[in-house]
Amino acid sequence: MKKEQVPQDMSALGKITKEVCYATDENGNYTTQLSDGWDVKITALDKAWEEIEDRAEAARQKVLNGEASPLLYFMEKGLMDIKLLAGYTGFWQWQVKRHLKPDVFKALSEKKLQKYAEVFNVTIADLHNLKFNDA
Amino acid sequence: MTLDFNHIQAAHCENGVTTSLLKHNGVKQITEPLAFGIGAGIFFTYIPFLKINNGPVIAFRTLPGLIFNRTCKALDISVVRKKFFSREAAEKYLNDELAKGNPVGCQVGVYYLPYFPKEYRFHFNAHNIIVFGNEDGNYLVSDPVMEGTNTLSAYELERVRFAKGALAPRGQLYYPKENRPVTDEQIKRGIISGIKKGVQNMLQIPGPIAGISGIKFTANRIKKWRDKLGPKDAGLYLAQLVRMQEEIGTGGGGFRYIYGAFLQEAHPYTKQDGLLNIAQDFTAAGDLWREAAVHAAGIYKGRLGSQQDYNTMGDYLLEVAEVEKKAFTALKNIKWQ
Repeated sequence: MKKEQVPQDMSALGKITKEVCYATDENGNYTTQLSDGWDVKITALDKAWEEIEDRAEAARQKVLNGEASPLLYFMEKGLMDIKLLAGYTGFWQWQVKRHLKPDVFKALSEKKLQKYAEVFNVTIADLHNLKFNDA
Repeated sequence: MTLDFNHIQAAHCENGVTTSLLKHNGVKQITEPLAFGIGAGIFFTYIPFLKINNGPVIAFRTLPGLIFNRTCKALDISVVRKKFFSREAAEKYLNDELAKGNPVGCQVGVYYLPYFPKEYRFHFNAHNIIVFGNEDGNYLVSDPVMEGTNTLSAYELERVRFAKGALAPRGQLYYPKENRPVTDEQIKRGIISGIKKGVQNMLQIPGPIAGISGIKFTANRIKKWRDKLGPKDAGLYLAQLVRMQEEIGTGGGGFRYIYGAFLQEAHPYTKQDGLLNIAQDFTAAGDLWREAAVHAAGIYKGRLGSQQDYNTMGDYLLEVAEVEKKAFTALKNIKWQ
């Protein structure tokens, strides 16, 4: 890629930092050039986030229908699976699986809820109200 | 307390950490392309049975940690690398090293890194940063992909050092044990061993999923994705391929360019004129990877999507495989003095 072809499409990262790209000058010698981002990458990332949002929305519907506990929604929003959530909370996977059931979740102690709240960066009240912290 | 440390921005995190730490420790010749080439960072593998973010794992680089280890080893510099069970022990070790004046490389997870934009935070645990100081209770951090330096609170740093999931860093830290210059002759020997290792990884590695055969394997898989997965998931897989190829920390097309830059920088040390032509082949390979990414974008954006478009996508990769095979074969046939 030639230096002047290094794409400059403003990405979420580009607003914070430019990225270093290796590219060639007029004599074919390598040099570096800063880039704001590349449309092809930006849309690939958008695609991944669309999918995450779809999964989270499906999870939210399940919670509202009483088929799953609010943890399912937070898990999807937090890009986690049962294994990863177990890793972060210190629970066993089978425990997390149980906590995903609405009735079990309702009976959870403050202490256990607090663990989940901390992992998701929210309060216990937010857990119950499906209020995800996007920051 | 702040160490006298120079932040260097790099295209890839582990290259950057390796370059900065070695430079700090007296290896004045080191650059990002040299670290990448001597460390034999160039690679390809497609792991169909491993999933991240609901898509397949496609890596364009060698395993995390190897670039640093191999580069140091090739330059006869011993390495300290530690993992911890206890968070307290991990923090104490880091503080002690900083007090001794050693900036330290840390493997961290990206998801809880506060200075990254939200869109880039995934549960990816093989990011590398350097901690080089401690000021008002905050750690000073040199993240090689950022233009400037950042700070993390003790809690924030602990959280990313003890990220969970695949490749969990477990507080991992590393640094060159010695502080001394190396000779140009040592750099030359490092370059030759790095090239040989790269050739071996791309041409001779057994099994169908790694090296040049891995690229061909992926090409043939892509041609089947549309029928096998349906258009929606096939599009997501292609988006994943492009992200693995181009995003920070993975950077496939980009890696081919860095390798081209490496071969050009290797030329004055080794006096092998052939390297300059082979560097151009890697430029061509990088360009092809990017062209393929543009085509993939056409598919995941929904502009393209017929079976013919998937075949074209696969053919791009077959073409890449040919170009890279030619380049690595040329490297293999060099008679080193």
